[in-house]
Amino acid sequence: MKYCYFPGCSLKGLGRAYEESLLPVMAHLGIQLEELADWNCCGATAYMAVDEAKACVLAARNLALAEKHGGQLLAPCAACYLVLNKTKHYFHDYPEMKRKIDHALSAVGLKYAGDTPVRHPLDILLNDVGLDAIRQKVRRPLAGLKVAPYYGCQIVRPYATFDDQYNPTTMDRLLEALGASVIRYPLKTKCCGGSLTGTVHEAGIRMVYILLNEARKRGAHCLATVCPLCQFNLDAYHAQVTRRYGNVVVPTVYFSQLMGLAFGLPEADLAFKRAAVPFSWRPPPARAPQASVAASK
Amino acid sequence: MKVAMNPQRDGEIRVGFYICHCGHNIAAMVDCPAVARYAEKLPGVVLSRDYKYMCSDPGQELIQRDIREFGLNRVVVASCSPLLHEHTFRAATEAAGLNPFFFHMVNVREHNSWVHTDRHEATEKAKALARAAIARVAHHRALEVKKVPIHPDVLVVGGGIAGIHAALTLAKAGKKVYLVEREPSIGGHMAKFDKTFPTLDCAACILTPKMSEVGTHENITLWSYSEVTKVEGYVGNYTVTVRRKARYVNEDLCTGCQECISNCVYKEPKFPDRFNEGLGKRKPIFIPFPQATPQVVLIDPEVCLNFKRGQLTDKCKKTCVEACGDKKAIDFTQKEETREIRVGTIIVATGFKTFDASRIPQYGYGVFPNVYTALEVERLVNASGPTGGEVVLRDGSHPQAIGVIHCVGSRDNKTNRWCSRVCCMYSLKLAHLLKEHSHAEVYNFYIDMRTPGKSYEEFYDKLLTEGVHFIRGRVGEVTDWAMTPEEEGKLVIRVEDTLAGFVRRIPVDMVVLSTGLEPQADAQAVRRMFNMSCGSEGFFLERHPKLAPVNTFTDGVFLAGACQGPRDIPDTVAQAGAAAAEALVLIDKGFVEQEPNTAFVLEQECSGCKSCVPLCPYTAITFDEAKGKATINEALCKGCGTCVASCPSGSIVQHLFEDDEVFSEIAGILAPT
Amino acid sequence: MMKVTRTIKYDADRVKGFGREIMRVPGCEELESCIQCGTCSGVCPLSIYMDHTPRQVMALTRGDFKNEVLSSQTIWLCASCYACTVECPRGIRITDIMYELKQRAIHEHIYPSHLPIPVLAREFSEMVKRHGRITELLLVIKLFLKTKPFAAVGNWRLGIDLLKTGRLSMATEKIQNRNELGRMLEAVDEKKGAEA
Repeated sequence: MKYCYFPGCSLKGLGRAYEESLLPVMAHLGIQLEELADWNCCGATAYMAVDEAKACVLAARNLALAEKHGGQLLAPCAACYLVLNKTKHYFHDYPEMKRKIDHALSAVGLKYAGDTPVRHPLDILLNDVGLDAIRQKVRRPLAGLKVAPYYGCQIVRPYATFDDQYNPTTMDRLLEALGASVIRYPLKTKCCGGSLTGTVHEAGIRMVYILLNEARKRGAHCLATVCPLCQFNLDAYHAQVTRRYGNVVVPTVYFSQLMGLAFGLPEADLAFKRAAVPFSWRPPPARAPQASVAASK
Repeated sequence: MKVAMNPQRDGEIRVGFYICHCGHNIAAMVDCPAVARYAEKLPGVVLSRDYKYMCSDPGQELIQRDIREFGLNRVVVASCSPLLHEHTFRAATEAAGLNPFFFHMVNVREHNSWVHTDRHEATEKAKALARAAIARVAHHRALEVKKVPIHPDVLVVGGGIAGIHAALTLAKAGKKVYLVEREPSIGGHMAKFDKTFPTLDCAACILTPKMSEVGTHENITLWSYSEVTKVEGYVGNYTVTVRRKARYVNEDLCTGCQECISNCVYKEPKFPDRFNEGLGKRKPIFIPFPQATPQVVLIDPEVCLNFKRGQLTDKCKKTCVEACGDKKAIDFTQKEETREIRVGTIIVATGFKTFDASRIPQYGYGVFPNVYTALEVERLVNASGPTGGEVVLRDGSHPQAIGVIHCVGSRDNKTNRWCSRVCCMYSLKLAHLLKEHSHAEVYNFYIDMRTPGKSYEEFYDKLLTEGVHFIRGRVGEVTDWAMTPEEEGKLVIRVEDTLAGFVRRIPVDMVVLSTGLEPQADAQAVRRMFNMSCGSEGFFLERHPKLAPVNTFTDGVFLAGACQGPRDIPDTVAQAGAAAAEALVLIDKGFVEQEPNTAFVLEQECSGCKSCVPLCPYTAITFDEAKGKATINEALCKGCGTCVASCPSGSIVQHLFEDDEVFSEIAGILAPT
Repeated sequence: MMKVTRTIKYDADRVKGFGREIMRVPGCEELESCIQCGTCSGVCPLSIYMDHTPRQVMALTRGDFKNEVLSSQTIWLCASCYACTVECPRGIRITDIMYELKQRAIHEHIYPSHLPIPVLAREFSEMVKRHGRITELLLVIKLFLKTKPFAAVGNWRLGIDLLKTGRLSMATEKIQNRNELGRMLEAVDEKKGAEA
């Protein structure tokens, strides 16, 4: 299986732990990822605040490049995933926008036909790889680990393509396949505040507090995320949250890191050291693969 | 081009042409005098007039005078839509002694003046239309309106309050009524209510006397636990097939003593009780509710041991049969029955279904145990319900705070766009009853307070004095995570109190969802069976929303109650009475007149290919195997023209739309002015 | 002396046609069917911080109160989580209307100068235009310098954490075909000019 890979600015920056853990996990599953050459920033939410047409055009450049590259585009960052999908929708639904995109792209010799699927890792893992194949690769089941699955808002709203909009379960099922216990977490799609932790600190911190507190109350050992900004908010502001609200902090990891752990991949490759709040829970040591046990009989 | 044989050629055609000004409606855009002058010169036209209001008495008298004075044998009026005044002018023509079908109407208002902005173009079009009509009417033949006799018996489908009232009205008028009801007892949704708004009458108290009357009236044949499976025929002559399901109890022998239930091998009731919305339990042998009509028990073969063990032998102790004693009403060998009845008119009163609250996962129905639907709460507060009228939660505790959420499933693009009309009133009623039956604080969350009926505003006022908290804000979510100590263990409603101007979090123990009304799940299947249409919302379609709310587009089939649209009990009863009256119109007149635009087969020409037979939407065409020819039942034929167009040998002809009539009209349109 | 403020809106306070203008933007047409039910504010996680709730902003926009809307904090507090859009019973794309209002506010320079969010948006877009990608550290530095230089000092602990864990890189991220971006964005302006 091969996909064209769109990292986005965050996965090269503050969210590098996501890329660092996702690449070895994908490789372990036999999935080839080719980074899209010369990709540009998708614009996230910030550019849309300035100019809608320009924001779409920026994102469309990536889509056009991906089309040239061929294959399906994998966008792990939740914001990139949303922006690229949104641009695709606008391209198809608003003729005026399509005209602007066509015009701008043709100015630099690019063309976008509107076809390239934009996929999320959870979508690929559950639908293309399948949970059975993933279970086969588990060497260190995460038995005893209680995880609060936190999806955030962007991969389910406003478009819910591969999962339910109100109660998504792709990550829940993935984590269970890794042997972890997934707690019932009603805030799984509640907004983390996005960039507000930096700009309107008081509001942002409180939103982070609400998420952490509820996870802690329900006995979670960690939160599992899909979005670099969510991870940043829940993780990097631990000092501010503690100062304001007391000790409610729970470590936040990427689901790919948990996958890597369960597969028995070398820990150094999973970027746990990038987190501000250490995640120190570890599963029991790897057991021998099933195949060799059967062979010895 | 085939021309139908017309033995009645009248010699010289003498046409009288009239164009109506219709005040300014036509005259503002069409130069009527010019059209009249133009028509005067057309072949066959004896006189041509323009007039201000043709439909007025003087206008109609003008036509009659001209027919007599000038010996007219054809009349054309160019005015509004035939839907409005074709009948008027045909009557005027007939009053002057001329066959009404020698009259032809052409629409120069809806089809011309109202859709044009250029006076010249509109006038030219009017001339073309006039020319076409005058050419056509020459080919019109004298036709007779057909009379079809009406069978005096009536079928009422659905035994809720609408069906009950319609059936009683007809029965009291001396007509024989078949009342077919799907459930084991009549009563419908109303039987489940506790009190009804705005009077707070006990639903059972006002309903059961009527139910009892239905059960005992000599003119009503009540078939409960039965369904209509087929409807054939046409207005005045319907043949209906009814499937009577097996109760395994003989209705005529059962006295409703319920000893069998007390003696059932199941000492405790175990199975979900549908009448109590699943909140209560019943045994395999049961009666739907205490006041059920007919007062007859029934056995559920899915759970009764006798059936489950597959053999009707001594696997089950059959204590019920023993308890029944010499009444011998229980009959495990009872089979389903199919009955056929003949009726002249049908009233469809199949009611509604409540919105399935689990379609809105944000409200937590089915996830949080203490989220209830309004109908479930009706059973909770009812004295004969599963808790004897006590408001208790699933774990038996009493709620301290209750939230009632309006508009669940209604006024929402994602579920049902319409307003369900009764929910604001019943939410107020439930708020009142909840306060009466508990010590809880009650909060009603609404978007608008819709209380339009008689005494409804008064009811709202009354609720305002009872200490219920009214918060104007549509609830987005019911959650179970707490932000403050008082919210721990509660269901939290987060809502914008739009009137006070801030967002609030309100912890409650119980949430009541005021679910909306929607069409029954099988509405499409039912409408096809009765040859009706559904509106875009899925409710059965009335012929005209203001002027014919109980008629359908199929003659002889009428609508009553919530199957036509969400409504409360007063309107339902009124509508049921109206439907009964409409049926009585047909029955008491004894016959119905049919527009003679029916199709007929030219037998010599028919090649017996049978292509037409399956095409008829009204199943009016049958094939006579002996003759090898198709024949059309005139009374069933609605003149849609499908068979006429499809016949490969051109041997089906339609009155009022024969080839020469149609082609001359086309030629008239296309000719140069 | 008790200070009071008089708030009354005269017809002259309306900017007639503003509502219609917003509703003409593709995707924002449904605003005309708003029934003011308040679901948007009820589900919005940030409505409790806003001077006007999302529902009020919809009413103000539809009512042509342009100045009140563009100078409200609400549009900047919107985190575009789309909860309102998804729940709205009329299918109004509230989040996209918020974006539209943000764009207009930036375009017409109607917002408090030290409010960080529009500044962030502008700096973000400048960086993308110039380099094609975002270098988060540089962006954050620019933001603090332009809004509240001394607050940057208060976040020193956060900064240290990020440096320690190697998440902050000093190197600027860039793409190769930077001029492509410039040309594309110019083409958009051209098209807009042609259509005006």
